[in-house]
Amino acid sequence: MNEEDLKTMIEGILTDMTSGKGSSEKKAISNTQGSNIASGTTAGSVASGEVLDDITKIDLRKQFLVPHPHDREGYLKIKSFTPARLGMWRAGCRYKTASVLRFRADHAAAQDAVFSDVDPNLPKEMGFLETQTTCTSKDEYLTRPDYGRKFSDEMVAKIKNGVTPNPKIQMIVGDGLSSAAIEANVKDIIPAIQQGLKVYNLGFETKDVIFVKYARVGAEDQIGEITNADVVCMLVGERPGLVTAKSMSAYIAYKPKIGMPEANRTVVSNIHDGGLPAVEAGAYIAEMLDKMLRLKKSGIDLKAAENAGN
Amino acid sequence: MILQTKLFDHLYSFGSVKEVLAKANEVKSGDELAGVAATDATERVAAKVVLSNLTLQDIYNNPVVPYEDDEVTRIIIDGVNKRIYEEIKNWTVSDFREWILDDNTQDHEIKRIRQGITSEMAAAVTKLMTNMDLVVAAKKIDVEKTANTTIGRPGTFSSRLQTNHPTDDIDGIMAGVMEGLSMGIGDAVIGLNPNDDSVDNVVKILNKFEEFRAQWDVPTQCSVLAHVTTQMEALKRGAPVGLCFQSIAGSEKGNTAFGITADMLSEARDLTLHQGQAAGPNVMYFETGEGSELSAEANFGADELTMESRCYGFAKKFDPYIVNTVVGFIGPEYLYNSKQVIRAGLEDHFMGKLQGISMGCDVCYTNHMKADQNDAENLAVLLGAAGCNYIMGVPHADDVMLNYESTGYQETATIREIFGYHPIKEFEEWMENMDLSHNGKLTERAGDASIFLN
Repeated sequence: MNEEDLKTMIEGILTDMTSGKGSSEKKAISNTQGSNIASGTTAGSVASGEVLDDITKIDLRKQFLVPHPHDREGYLKIKSFTPARLGMWRAGCRYKTASVLRFRADHAAAQDAVFSDVDPNLPKEMGFLETQTTCTSKDEYLTRPDYGRKFSDEMVAKIKNGVTPNPKIQMIVGDGLSSAAIEANVKDIIPAIQQGLKVYNLGFETKDVIFVKYARVGAEDQIGEITNADVVCMLVGERPGLVTAKSMSAYIAYKPKIGMPEANRTVVSNIHDGGLPAVEAGAYIAEMLDKMLRLKKSGIDLKAAENAGN
Repeated sequence: MILQTKLFDHLYSFGSVKEVLAKANEVKSGDELAGVAATDATERVAAKVVLSNLTLQDIYNNPVVPYEDDEVTRIIIDGVNKRIYEEIKNWTVSDFREWILDDNTQDHEIKRIRQGITSEMAAAVTKLMTNMDLVVAAKKIDVEKTANTTIGRPGTFSSRLQTNHPTDDIDGIMAGVMEGLSMGIGDAVIGLNPNDDSVDNVVKILNKFEEFRAQWDVPTQCSVLAHVTTQMEALKRGAPVGLCFQSIAGSEKGNTAFGITADMLSEARDLTLHQGQAAGPNVMYFETGEGSELSAEANFGADELTMESRCYGFAKKFDPYIVNTVVGFIGPEYLYNSKQVIRAGLEDHFMGKLQGISMGCDVCYTNHMKADQNDAENLAVLLGAAGCNYIMGVPHADDVMLNYESTGYQETATIREIFGYHPIKEFEEWMENMDLSHNGKLTERAGDASIFLN
């Protein structure tokens, strides 16, 4: 074995260890199997009680499975410039087991975020007013965006009676396309926005926050009309990607009306631990809310006013 | 023209050819959202029966958007060779289907008849085709187009390299390009969907692509998928545009939503032919996808398959190098699940080829659809069997900028392996010279991006 082979072997072992196939665990398992055979017990393996490493904890920017790269350091460097899954190598024409399982894990998290509901205890614990659009199921929500923007007469009455009318700021939390995003961010961002608003002598009560099940962004327009709020801000789960399933956005509009142009919404996106953390986002959203109340504008109109130096 | 039939003693009556076309469509969530789908499975079949008995003349006389109102309709109708149309106008849609499937009907006969059909006729016959019909019919049609290299030759299967980046980091983009090329990906085109659509950024990426392509003498073409007006400005500033890209729709109103007109595309093509990097004559690259017209409220009460077919009729005017149906990108309100996406992929591919388009498919899905990578692989294999010109090559099938799942480098390599297909000839020779493939098989260097470093 020459020096390069030795280096490759050591790197291979290190990669195995970091990718959850720890050599110590392997040894432990093979020892167990060995003793089984020796003692003549059944061929079935005995569960050791140990736990495999969590493959979703591996940093994809550092995971590297190419066995004999022409330039390892150079490869790792160019790979570090992108979140794309590079350097994952192949098994024949196909993918390595480690990379295909990681892809499936990330996709599973994304799908679960879309197809599962927000924990029903969350709006209760927070004390939000619980509502639902005219969608009656997740399937209907996904195929009928128009239903996800509307409330029934009964629900309109519930909103009208449930929250303080004519507020300066009406907050909404909508599940959108990721329940995981709401569960991960809402508990942090609501107090962060409230804290941020204090600076501007503004605020809202948590009991006046409307939780909307099966929500599309456009649902905030009808809520704006029902409550006669000056500014409406909806926090909503975004369509998940594989990098994160927990990304949330805030869609903020000044006096939204049904049928208003989309361009009149101001969007704060990419709110998650790996992007704009909820606490920072809360402070930023508070600042935006104050600005909109002062300038009585949102979206491109707000941008235009800002560019004009107002 | 008969617009009614009985099935199981129940009478089914339809009000127009457009309604028959819509209700004869296989189940699509987008048609249900548009309110044009059949109300139940039996009505769907009744519509297919009525459609099968309509003549091609009936279809010709009833474009789904009126001639007077729509530029796309005018381009399609005005492009028809009237002599050839006269020869086939009395065929029923059923006759047309069986003629295409007939063993005696070969590619050169289809090439001639193609000049006598409208996009609605291509859509109509597609609605009578089963999935396997769509595979075998498409397989017998070859569409070859030339930019720097020639795509679509029998026995080849190509790929578009797509290494998008959330912030357009040029080093990150190039890392993906290097790994892709090392796997034999990018013979259709090296392309990038920019996050920043500014002229400066587009020029920067085009220059980098061309610098790398020229340095390594890669026989292919490059494209940055900004808006066509941005690329035209880049061309005027001397940027090496290989293929000039644009998303297109099947109605004038849909194209207006994309900010384009036919004149604009003609001007872009002319500019690319005279100042672009590729020799041509095929220098345009279009993307489409069922449902885009509905999302722009520009479907005129027609179903999404028929509107998609009209995209290809419109595209034909500009003789593109490639057209790509981005089949599962638009979301579950237009194509609900993997069954609908697979069907749509096969339909689009066949309708495009029937109209003489060099078709590729972005075999893809979003994470809020009921589909996964196994479904994408199924469609990729079906399209391989159907003789599709190319699919996508995205690192590990995950687009980290557009947040959707497509096909990876491995899928193209595997389709080539399964069917014995090769990359475009000059590109394969380059791979052999680079020691990336040997006698058509990938070598141990394939998949190692770092061979391009130092």
